[in-house]
Amino acid sequence: MTSWLDHTINGLIVGNIYALLAVGLALIFGVSRLINFAHGSVYVVGAYIGWVAVAHLHTPLPVTILLVAAGSALLGLLIERFGLRPLQGSTKIAPLLATIGISFVLDQIVQIVFTPDPRALPSQLPDWRFQIGGGTIGALDILIAAIGFTSAVLLFGFLRFTKLGWAVRATAQDRDAARQMGVDVDQVNRIVFAIASALGGLSGLLVGMYYNYIDPAMSFQATLKGVVAEVVGGVGNIPGAIVGSLILGLVESYGIALLGTSYRNLFAFILLVVILVLRPNGLFASKRQLPPEPLTGTFIAPSKPVPLPTPALLAALAVAAVLPLVIAQPYLLQTLTNAWLYALLGISLTLIAGTVGQISLGHAALLAIGGYTSALLTLDLGVPVGLSILAAGFVAAGLGTLLAWPAFRLRGHYVTIATLAIGEIVSLAILNWESLTRGPIGVFGIPPISLFGYPIESARAVYWFTLAILAVLAALQLRLLRSHLGRAWRAVRDDDVAARSYGIALDRYKALAFITGGFAAGISGGVTSHLYSFINHETFNAQLSILALTIVILGGMGNVFGAIVGSVLLIGLPEVFRVAAEYRVLIYGLVLLLLIRFRPQGLFGTV
Amino acid sequence: MPLLEVSGLVRRFGGVTAVGGVDLSVEEGRLVSVIGPNGAGKTTLFNLITGLDRPDEGKVSFDGADITGFAPEKLAHLRLARTFQHGRVFANLSVLGNVLVGAHARLRAARPRLPVLGALGELALALIQPGSVRREEAALRAEALAIIARFGERLLPRQDQPAYSLSYANRRRVEIARALALSPRLLLLDEPTAGMNQTETAEMQALIAELKASGLTILLIEHKLDMVMSLSDEVVVMDDGKVIARGLPQAVRHDPAVIEAYLGHREVGGGAAEKALAEAAE
Ligand SMILES: Nc1ncnc2c1ncn2[C@@H]1O[C@H](COP(=O)(O)OP(=O)(O)OP(=O)(O)O)[C@@H](O)[C@H]1O
Ligand SMILES: [Mg+2]
Repeated sequence: MTSWLDHTINGLIVGNIYALLAVGLALIFGVSRLINFAHGSVYVVGAYIGWVAVAHLHTPLPVTILLVAAGSALLGLLIERFGLRPLQGSTKIAPLLATIGISFVLDQIVQIVFTPDPRALPSQLPDWRFQIGGGTIGALDILIAAIGFTSAVLLFGFLRFTKLGWAVRATAQDRDAARQMGVDVDQVNRIVFAIASALGGLSGLLVGMYYNYIDPAMSFQATLKGVVAEVVGGVGNIPGAIVGSLILGLVESYGIALLGTSYRNLFAFILLVVILVLRPNGLFASKRQLPPEPLTGTFIAPSKPVPLPTPALLAALAVAAVLPLVIAQPYLLQTLTNAWLYALLGISLTLIAGTVGQISLGHAALLAIGGYTSALLTLDLGVPVGLSILAAGFVAAGLGTLLAWPAFRLRGHYVTIATLAIGEIVSLAILNWESLTRGPIGVFGIPPISLFGYPIESARAVYWFTLAILAVLAALQLRLLRSHLGRAWRAVRDDDVAARSYGIALDRYKALAFITGGFAAGISGGVTSHLYSFINHETFNAQLSILALTIVILGGMGNVFGAIVGSVLLIGLPEVFRVAAEYRVLIYGLVLLLLIRFRPQGLFGTV
Repeated sequence: MPLLEVSGLVRRFGGVTAVGGVDLSVEEGRLVSVIGPNGAGKTTLFNLITGLDRPDEGKVSFDGADITGFAPEKLAHLRLARTFQHGRVFANLSVLGNVLVGAHARLRAARPRLPVLGALGELALALIQPGSVRREEAALRAEALAIIARFGERLLPRQDQPAYSLSYANRRRVEIARALALSPRLLLLDEPTAGMNQTETAEMQALIAELKASGLTILLIEHKLDMVMSLSDEVVVMDDGKVIARGLPQAVRHDPAVIEAYLGHREVGGGAAEKALAEAAE
């Protein structure tokens, strides 16, 4: 029994840390209806400010805490001012995408400045623990509990008893009404971002001290944990966020006690998906409500697509096809081959996110499913390579659609969260299902591509092979877009309520999009695995999902040709200019931000 | 047997009873109007009939079959078409595209059929595009163009423009065109002339009269009472979720309860309706 008390204390302490994150997310959602994906980056920055203070400035603990809170609040103000305020009045999805871009840029900057290596963040506290019942409590536990409690009390007092706090509450209730009553809504936004970021930064500091470990990659997990806690408690609900965080902390702690550490995140994400599906308004939500009336067509930037006549497309294909006869360097051909593979991912995501409007952030999971399917079929069952790649397409289409199924009943930002979580679940399943996937070691010695016994190994052959696949799948997708299916998909994106009223069953048409898109992504993953000859659970990571989204937005939502050009530009150009890997991700983030701000319809327009 | 029959319909939102026990029936080929001050529960009633919302109590039957709580996509297959008060066009689709979506439930290529296999079959048909599918699509296009042509110069020259680029009035026309493409058995119009000027309203009235003359059954929500009075076979007046009067237009407009309801809501903003009522009563 003793250990259960320890697990409970541990769960509550970790829950307390999550609460600092989740309360900030809830505050921000409350006033701006935005799920802030950059929140984890603020948390990382907070942790690193703490590290600089402790390791270089040797500040005492209270000063460290103040520095972290102030620095993080400042960062929050900057994010609000330069990242989000300019997007007021643009499409609903723009701020969400912007926070994704911001988080990319911030994480990358932290990584460039401090290197990706983990660091120790000592807590500066005496190392005593005292005994309660069967468990122990240390000084740090008490500090975390105290900071959590104090923040909650301060926040409550601020919201309840100050004029500004009243303005925040009024804005959260009804932004337009508050504005009409003379509330300075921009100021409320600033305040909320500052408070939320200060709490987020503190959370990062405390986690770093708790585990005596920080690294730049913590950001993504932190965002996810905060979002999970927030969704469990009901988005925008501050007390709900605190309770949700404690529940999440306990669920994780008990789960780890039962099954081991490697399952930790799995619980969080499964909890998220279950809550989203069963109680999308959180555990404490009131009665069923109708979805709010959308301003139709504002979800995706409306624009006239650039007309692309078929002869022009065929000419472009012809040029691409003869390129290997002109280009001698295999290096350039390999880069373009890579671009074709990303383009397959791009046309897949542009269908799901652009044509059907389901902004998926778990798209790399489809690549992973395809990659593992083809690799394991060839290695374990001796299936010939060409056939295994085809099977990869079908398995990714089928399994991907089944996995995405819970997200079909969700709308807007919730789809993004759910697909992100589902993507993580896939990656964790690959990591933990060792008997099938070989676990963390990964799959070695995947045979190279061959077709009907003919090896496809030279740079030229691989180039043509991937180009041919891309051309065929892109043509098929264009054909579908011109059919009644294309119409139905775009109707779902523009107004799902009206679409249903005209007989379009949402589940069915979303499923058809995932089947079509999953096939292309699965093929891409399959081919990739044979080209790399080695894959593991990190080969197709969440960064790929975001890169894919950038490709899609660059080309124009739903635009097949745009996705191909977008991928050539984003994959090809950094390669041609030999940009170092760590700056590449920074560039992707910046491109995403600039696009959202200045050309939301992308290069070729929304189709 | 009436085509649409609603009995004892109730829908509460927290403390508000938006629809509190409404009975209604619409005979085939007739035009019934639902009027009432703002917040009377008219749109909520439409939502309950068309499956966008589920009633807490009561029953809706269509053509003799119970359709209470049916999903909207299922109702579309029964040829129940509606327009929306606040306008819900597919912004990035062209005018023609919008109208074609209206015919979605009629497409043979898109029949639901078996759960999973039906969907896969639909995908396969869309990929292969056999002659039958192409012919169906071509016929539908011709039909959609004919519907657009009913709106004359307003829509015909704009058939390839995306809906987001249209004026407010034109979006409403697109919505009606889209509803007609379903070749509905029952058409529900929620304030089709909201935001239209006098000429445009007269045009819309003529169109609705034409539809009625062609035998279409229509349930109409409208604040412009001149129009209601001249088009309707029957008028149902709602206030605070309840039907307070019903009958022939002439009878209803002199009903003291109706006048009272409109006057009582002066401050709620039913100004236009109230003025129209006063004019109509003169
Ligand atoms: N989703 C909802 N949640 C809470 N209350 C609602 C909801 N929908 C409608 N109501 C309330 O129900 C009542 C009836 O609203 P409804 O929109 O049906 O009125 P209406 O007769 O269509 O008015 P109008 O002429 O202004 O369109 C109103 O008091 C409204 O505030
Ligand atoms: Mg209404």
